Amino acid sequence: MIGTLARDALLVSLAVTAFGLVIGPVAIARGKREWIPLSYAAIYTNFLLLTIATLAMIFALVTHDFSVAYVAQVGSRATPLLYTVISLWGALEGSILFWGWVLAMYAAAVVWINHERPGNLVPYAGTALLAVSLFFTILLIGPANPFGVVYPVPPDGPGPNPLLQNHILMAIHPPLLYLGYVGMAVPYAFAVGAMLSGEVERDDWIRITRRWTLASWGFLSAAIIAGMWWSYEVLGWGGYWAWDPVENASFIPWLTATAFLHSAMVQERRQMLRLWNLNLVVGTFVLTILGTFLTRSGIISSVHAFTTGTIGYFFLAFIAVVLVSALIMVAGVSDRLKTVGHFDSPASRETIFLLNNLFLTAFMFTVLTGTLFPLVAEAVRGVKVSVGEPFFNRMSLPMIVALLFLMGVGPALPWKAASPAEVKNKLFPPAAGALVLGAIALAMGIRNFYGVLAFACTGYALVANLREFYIGAAARRNAHGEGWGTALSRLVAGNRRRYGGYVSHMGVFLVALGIAASSSLRTEREATLVAGQSINIAGRTARLKNVWGREEKQRSVIGVTLELMNGETVTGRIEPRMNFYPTSQQPVPTPEVKSFLFGDLYANLQAFQPQGKNATVKLIWEPLVPWIWLGGGVVILGALIGIWPNRRRSVA
Amino acid sequence: MNWKRAAIASLFAIPVILLFAWGMTKDPKDIPSPLPGREAPTFTLNVFSPGQPPLQQSIGDTVKLASMRGEVVVLNFWASWCLACRDEHTTLSEVARTYAGKPVHFYGVLYNDEPANGTRWISEMGGQSYPSLQDPKARTAIDYGLYGVPETFFLDRNGRVAYKHTGPVSAEVLARVVDSLMAAPVGPVAPAVPAKAGG
Amino acid sequence: MRFLDVSRALVAVGLLAGVMAAQGAAPADPKQAGAISQEQIQKEGKSADERSALNLRTANDSALEAATTAVAAELRCPVCQGLSLQASPSELAQQMRGLVKDQLAAGKSPDEVKAYFVSKYGEWILLSPKPKGFNLMVYLLPILMVTGGGVFIWVMVRKWSAPRPDDANRTPVGPA
Repeated sequence: MIGTLARDALLVSLAVTAFGLVIGPVAIARGKREWIPLSYAAIYTNFLLLTIATLAMIFALVTHDFSVAYVAQVGSRATPLLYTVISLWGALEGSILFWGWVLAMYAAAVVWINHERPGNLVPYAGTALLAVSLFFTILLIGPANPFGVVYPVPPDGPGPNPLLQNHILMAIHPPLLYLGYVGMAVPYAFAVGAMLSGEVERDDWIRITRRWTLASWGFLSAAIIAGMWWSYEVLGWGGYWAWDPVENASFIPWLTATAFLHSAMVQERRQMLRLWNLNLVVGTFVLTILGTFLTRSGIISSVHAFTTGTIGYFFLAFIAVVLVSALIMVAGVSDRLKTVGHFDSPASRETIFLLNNLFLTAFMFTVLTGTLFPLVAEAVRGVKVSVGEPFFNRMSLPMIVALLFLMGVGPALPWKAASPAEVKNKLFPPAAGALVLGAIALAMGIRNFYGVLAFACTGYALVANLREFYIGAAARRNAHGEGWGTALSRLVAGNRRRYGGYVSHMGVFLVALGIAASSSLRTEREATLVAGQSINIAGRTARLKNVWGREEKQRSVIGVTLELMNGETVTGRIEPRMNFYPTSQQPVPTPEVKSFLFGDLYANLQAFQPQGKNATVKLIWEPLVPWIWLGGGVVILGALIGIWPNRRRSVA
Repeated sequence: MNWKRAAIASLFAIPVILLFAWGMTKDPKDIPSPLPGREAPTFTLNVFSPGQPPLQQSIGDTVKLASMRGEVVVLNFWASWCLACRDEHTTLSEVARTYAGKPVHFYGVLYNDEPANGTRWISEMGGQSYPSLQDPKARTAIDYGLYGVPETFFLDRNGRVAYKHTGPVSAEVLARVVDSLMAAPVGPVAPAVPAKAGG
Repeated sequence: MRFLDVSRALVAVGLLAGVMAAQGAAPADPKQAGAISQEQIQKEGKSADERSALNLRTANDSALEAATTAVAAELRCPVCQGLSLQASPSELAQQMRGLVKDQLAAGKSPDEVKAYFVSKYGEWILLSPKPKGFNLMVYLLPILMVTGGGVFIWVMVRKWSAPRPDDANRTPVGPA
């Protein structure tokens, strides 16, 4: 019953969205502006209807209503409540429903906030959002229908994929990802609105969506870090990034979005790069749809791939429409966006932002080409090839290091122009940071070129960014006689966008150090132990205490207890295990991670004797990995600072 | 609105969409093997499961590929933990029996499993008519470019891999391939793929 | 203390730390260790078979491990999603890795080992496409983008910062 209610809501949503999509442009074309609020009403109604459908699905999942197809697919009476709720996004149909809801929410919110603005920008933006919503509603009625009726009603279900109920991060990563991914539709819609309404020479569409873009970027950054963390804690190989196509699909739009965050500032100050920014924003959205297509169509095999079916063809049609319309619109307005401004000097922040965009775009292009190349090579040569980690690492390391360096130069250089004295004063001192961190890298044992270089460039940029805080706070102290704390907080509050950005930079530095150290210095030991035997790794000793088993509601668990020893005293305990789910013939290895300040001790249970006599354990020492997750948090903090409303107008 | 530029720009979408449309017709998980048409990798493996008369061999017997030159060999890689192997088990046993006395050899090769598990699985499944061999460290499996189980290799009378079948194999495929390989002529210039009968 | 003084001090500290680190911290280069055992073998003048057996026993484990890791990181695990033999915990990957190690220990070069796997599994087994023929596209395109884009930016920045006719009226630039 709840399934029929939800499906009816979706059918009504289909009609309402189609209506709103048509009435807006018709109202503008006929000059009947009083009809425009009807299209807004369609957006609000759509949000209401999709909320009903989503709540209905959650209700069906929690009450184990196996007459609903999606519940029969991923539900199970044995699954704990939290994992039952989050199985909403665990399989294809539910994830499309969630996507539709997030999109409807964003659309309703952004239109509500801006609906009183005169002109055609907001109406056309609403039209664009309705068009995308319409596509997803079509999917929900058609190939991705989660509300199909199952008869006879099964008494129980298989539960979610074991990998998806093994860790709490499964509750966090997908919602963050959708909030970020889908959020990129907002700046896209306003860019389309600007193009269709003829307001594309003005910057309004960027100004209005600045916080939305920053928020989506923040969510996407958080989602990528959470995804890395999840795969690290769950998959048992001790890594956090494999350049899998679906990882790349989330990373590619992140790169163009980051580029846009920077080049938008050049547009606001100099009214330049307008065509480029339009391309970046529209491109980011197209890339998010491309990424969704790649992971749901089955054309590229990936660890993340959802089950395929006809949905791939729907996405192919959608991406064709989006791509063609984007090319037409952007090319059509391109001759109205000729550069009017000028640069005062090549030695300026503007130039650095251009270089930043160059490397970010080239990086994006590298990852995109690498991800699609197996398909292209098969089309051209008829041979299947792989493009994996060695390729991506080799090609991206130079660009990453260049970007790290630029992150130090950009904040240091002023806008407009820097005199030669300024260049010397601002750009040379941070070299001290490069030397110190380079030396630290060598002292830690890092010997590969890019590892040391990454540390050095991070050191340079770290000092440069810290200097900006120092110089600003010192100036306030001199001017107002404030204490350091007050000066610092007032400095940030006076220009949240700028200093929020520097805080995010710091987060990136932590992530960079974590990645550089762990990929260069990771050590592992594997051994088969009986009780009482130990493994030594990275100056730590882990002794096997026992092999045990226990029954949980939804799974059986076999685990080992390893005691961490300091001499003869037990200082801690680490318990990797294997989870046996009834639906899967292979157990899910469930490693345990013990975090220390300068690294993680990672334990995975590889094998065990049925009688519990011995166990094969793999221990990995992962230097500085916790800094990656910490850095992710700092990046988000920076984004939050940047989004926070100013009490007065800011000059970034 | 510059329609000329818009039209030209929209053309760029065509190769992209065509590529994706073509990609939808392909299966990324289907990796073609380079082995068919080439000399079959040699092996020397021991029997751990004897099979049943008339195809029975003793446990511990050594089976060399080289000694089967001039005859058709069907090599089926399987494992006790492999669900799909159950689908083809009875078929293989029955078909193998029908070729007893002919110049065809059926062998199972255990992949990533303990012989004890294999033997137990066979008795649970009601017996296997032909012997199964153990492959320590999966060296032969890797030699044959194995991706998973079950995979069945058909070797022709010239010692070349004629055909590789991924997934459970049906009686029709077995009979068709084995018959055509038996009929193919032996000789240095014999075609590597199953030839027409009567050669 | 002015920041410039602090930074000068830091530079000095950094240089000192770097020198100390380079002296103290570097572990023995595994390749060198391997070469030493080769010398030992040659001195004893064994036959080829015995030499390879001796290799297995006396070759520094870490040299062989390092070589195995390097090759295993370039080969794809056939039953995983995009993981290398080195990273994959699956049984087949471990066995293939064992085979890589044995082949290297028997004297094969890394290229020969990779060629063996390509002959069994096809080009797909290489995690990085062979930089030959059409495959070069995936390597060249990014490089072309960076250099092409870099040149483009160079040209545009020069054009955009070229002095304008009314420059004489502009106020002199200073710190922003």
